[in-house]
Amino acid sequence: MNMQQAIKMTAAETALVDAYTAQIGDLPGDGAVLSLRDTLVHELKTAGLPTRRVEAWHYTDLRTLLRAVPAADPTAFAERVEPVVPGSSVLSVRNGQADIKNVPEHLTARSYTESLLDGSAVAGLSVLGSDDAIGRINGGLVRGGLEIAVAAGAQIEAPIEIQVVQSHGQAHTRFPVSFGAGAKATVIERHLCTNAEPSFVSSVSDVTLADGADVIWIILQQQGPADTHLGQIRFDLGKDAKLHLFVINAGGKLVRQELHGRASGEGSDLTLRGINLLGGDSHTDLTFTLSHDVPHTTSSEIIRNVVFDRAKGVFQGKILVAQDAQKTDAKMSCNTLLLSDDADFSAKPELEIFADDVQCGHGATVIDIDHTQLFYLLARGIPENKARAMLVNAFVAEIVEELEDDEALVEALEDIVAAWLEKHA
Amino acid sequence: MLEIKNLHARIAEDGTEIIRGLNLTVKAGEVAAIMGPNGSGKSTLSYILSGREDYEVTEGDILYNGESILELDASERAAKGIFLAFQYPVEIPGVATMQFLKVAMNEQRKYRGEEELTTPEFMRRVKEAAAELKIAPDMLRRPLNVGFSGGEKKRAEILQMALLEPKLCVLDETDSGLDIDALKIVADGVNALRSPDRAVVVITHYQRLLNYIVPDTVHVLYKGQVIKSGDKTLAHELEANGYADIIEAAA
Repeated sequence: MNMQQAIKMTAAETALVDAYTAQIGDLPGDGAVLSLRDTLVHELKTAGLPTRRVEAWHYTDLRTLLRAVPAADPTAFAERVEPVVPGSSVLSVRNGQADIKNVPEHLTARSYTESLLDGSAVAGLSVLGSDDAIGRINGGLVRGGLEIAVAAGAQIEAPIEIQVVQSHGQAHTRFPVSFGAGAKATVIERHLCTNAEPSFVSSVSDVTLADGADVIWIILQQQGPADTHLGQIRFDLGKDAKLHLFVINAGGKLVRQELHGRASGEGSDLTLRGINLLGGDSHTDLTFTLSHDVPHTTSSEIIRNVVFDRAKGVFQGKILVAQDAQKTDAKMSCNTLLLSDDADFSAKPELEIFADDVQCGHGATVIDIDHTQLFYLLARGIPENKARAMLVNAFVAEIVEELEDDEALVEALEDIVAAWLEKHA
Repeated sequence: MLEIKNLHARIAEDGTEIIRGLNLTVKAGEVAAIMGPNGSGKSTLSYILSGREDYEVTEGDILYNGESILELDASERAAKGIFLAFQYPVEIPGVATMQFLKVAMNEQRKYRGEEELTTPEFMRRVKEAAAELKIAPDMLRRPLNVGFSGGEKKRAEILQMALLEPKLCVLDETDSGLDIDALKIVADGVNALRSPDRAVVVITHYQRLLNYIVPDTVHVLYKGQVIKSGDKTLAHELEANGYADIIEAAA
């Protein structure tokens, strides 16, 4: 008996496979790319979307949660929007179409569609493992994106905003980005939706930092209240490379953002900060794995979650320390502010350590608004709703302020948090 | 200005009665000291006046300018001009002191139907008041009360009081944890706010503060009641003889 025939496809699975079938002959790619796409979609068809029985998807049963997938609309049109930080260099992909203008100095960018067409994209299109549903969906359906290279030694002052704008329908984008040795830059990978109709978005960023590169990478997810966002970033840190990865989830109905990294160069350092602003009946999952492969690498992870209404949140954080990776120093914490009785957050921190001389720790807390602090603000004449918003804001502002070297960036992110809270608190 | 009539109040959570038939009247322009041994209900009284929800009033009334405030929440009472200087000012990481001051001042103004302050006007007022209280600008750049020493926290309370210009100031054990220099600065700050249309209630355990903030009236609180009232000489009496004689006389 062929087990692969066993599943009955859900509406969403059918829609994804249909989206692929409808675009055959139109999806960009050379022979190798097209054949890989076929394999990926075949896997999707036979294995289906992951359920809670797949460990990596235990808290986000995608098969149940993803009820429908809107059809792709090739005529969809989205406008470019103002960047989050004034003065940023904006490279945009709107409804899957790359718009490469005003490329800053020391940086090259080309449309990812070209890499699909000439086949150079094929190696990066592979999935991370059998449970990599995002890699599979994206690899099967990706049409566009940007391939960016930052020159070695480049010191790029103004942030580079990779603006991924969607109006409705589907978009599947990919962003291979490499930073040369010693390069320094700030990238804002921003996903947003311009209208209320449902979108289904998948996006994979593949980021490599060569030796000594120093990068701030911000993933800012601002999809609409009906949208599904499946995001993934893969990163690799060279010797003495430093990555400050900052994720803000401030939108979407069903969101999974995966962060998968390797500290493969000695002396490399990852700082991960995450802010999940959750409301309505959304479901948001932040899943992180980091593999410390070599000795003397460091990482620190702080996730702050604010959960209103009936929203559900998930953080899965897994740190692996290889046997050779002595002197690893890794600290992970996940703090949640639950603001309604129906709000829910699941945190699953994991450490897998094969080396014996390491410093690793993790912690998870769930808290409520501090009543003494609330009374103090009220006693100064600040009305309760405003006082609560200030305290919630303070809970996440602490980690935004760590980016203090770039005042404009801090201000922009604080404004985004404040605007979200104003709407939801 | 303040009239407390036969007030009974208890801790909401466990029903413990703390205030048991308290009567007190404080007129505009008056500085009233409330003294009493530990556990007499002094701090509870300050919380009940400012509207903390952990306490329930079961009987009696609190009139402020002739109107009951029992139905008002803490922020409304503050906006109407009741200010509590905390015994233990609360640290709030992530809230910048300046932002807090601005929001508090403007929210109170909004409540009273007044124009919000412009940023330059706000800055001018803060600078002026901070200089009076010898508060370094560096302190104002820190998160609210975070990393402040005991003396700095108390000065920050008086700074807030000066900026918010309340009508009824309640100082809860403002002298606790202060050395003599800090005490003088704080007392000067309070004295500068004394005016014919403002009343001050000074809650204190010791007479020491009253050497610097000289009260018009002194009231002894014991087991949730005012058992004796007098002028400033009553405070000296207490300092010399302790509470035992008065408690005995009242029993």
